[in-house]
Amino acid sequence: MVTPVTSLGRNGLYDWLIQRVSAVIIGVYLIGMLGYLMAAGELDYGSWKEFMGSVCMQIANTLLVIAVAAHTWVGLWGVTTDYLTSLTFGKAATAVRLIAQLAIALALIVYLLWGLVLIWGGA
Amino acid sequence: MKVSIYRYNPETDREPSMKEYEVDTQGKDLMVLDILALVKEQDQSLAYRRSCREGVCGSDGMNMNGKNGLACITPLSQVAPGVLEGKKPLILRPLPGLPVIRDLVVDMGMFYNQYEKVQPYLQNNTPAPAIERLQSPEERAKIDGLYECILCACCSTSCPSFWWNPDKFLGPAALLQSYRFLADSRDNATEERLSKLDDPFSLFRCHGIMNCVSVCPKGLNPTRAIGHIRSMLLERGI
Repeated sequence: MVTPVTSLGRNGLYDWLIQRVSAVIIGVYLIGMLGYLMAAGELDYGSWKEFMGSVCMQIANTLLVIAVAAHTWVGLWGVTTDYLTSLTFGKAATAVRLIAQLAIALALIVYLLWGLVLIWGGA
Repeated sequence: MKVSIYRYNPETDREPSMKEYEVDTQGKDLMVLDILALVKEQDQSLAYRRSCREGVCGSDGMNMNGKNGLACITPLSQVAPGVLEGKKPLILRPLPGLPVIRDLVVDMGMFYNQYEKVQPYLQNNTPAPAIERLQSPEERAKIDGLYECILCACCSTSCPSFWWNPDKFLGPAALLQSYRFLADSRDNATEERLSKLDDPFSLFRCHGIMNCVSVCPKGLNPTRAIGHIRSMLLERGI
């Protein structure tokens, strides 16, 4: 039994569920967005800003940003623990993996905060 | 026909190499194990495991032209198109991902360690009945497709998740056996078994690519068994 401290849910079932649920959110958002773009016809800046500024889209965009961050973390955590191991890096594996995971986590936190500022900042 | 075989003797070779042999099959669709016997007549130093020669013991699992299988029940015509006709060479390598002891013989230690972890035996702490623990035909049917595994390791050694984490990911063979006891109505250690499987590696490192299903010489489906365990964990966890 392994309980890695850097996995998102620290449990296989949580991580698995988070990845599936976030995938559904991303999928539903993409289909919805595609449907809107096909139905909306000609789009100009004003109508796009009005559409994206609605509370509905603000909530949908927030869910999307969180889902993408969670999905990416679970996926890339799997990649780092598959490939950045002692089989490929020997004794340096732990340091390499930790640095890679910290870099990914930092990028995702920046992405998450930036996304939320864009969505809710009212600019 | 041409046969290319992975050769490595750690006592004399610095690194592994492929050695070519020429074998006369007289046009017959021989099993790969028969080809190995013909090669062995030419070169006594070749090492490989074999025993029952009919797909029951699981000794001669190996990689044939890129696909794992049992040499004894794989005819040349099924290895790859063109092999039987001699247009392509027969390429034999040891099972991938396990340390090579010599030539086609691998150290199965890591594979057996994972098998041991799933406690592959019936556990029941209720008093034993006078004669035997009975099962209905329906309960018995639930372990069909699970108990037939012969532990040849073709599945686990074709699984990239097992290659990368052979110490943490149990692998398809061990997980199939885990479900064999989870599905058995006579076993009541379900909670203990499931609680050992819900970390991110033991079971959840399976990404469902189904290499295990495509190579299993007994036609079993470890991916389906893993899916059943996942459903049991989900029911238990939600």
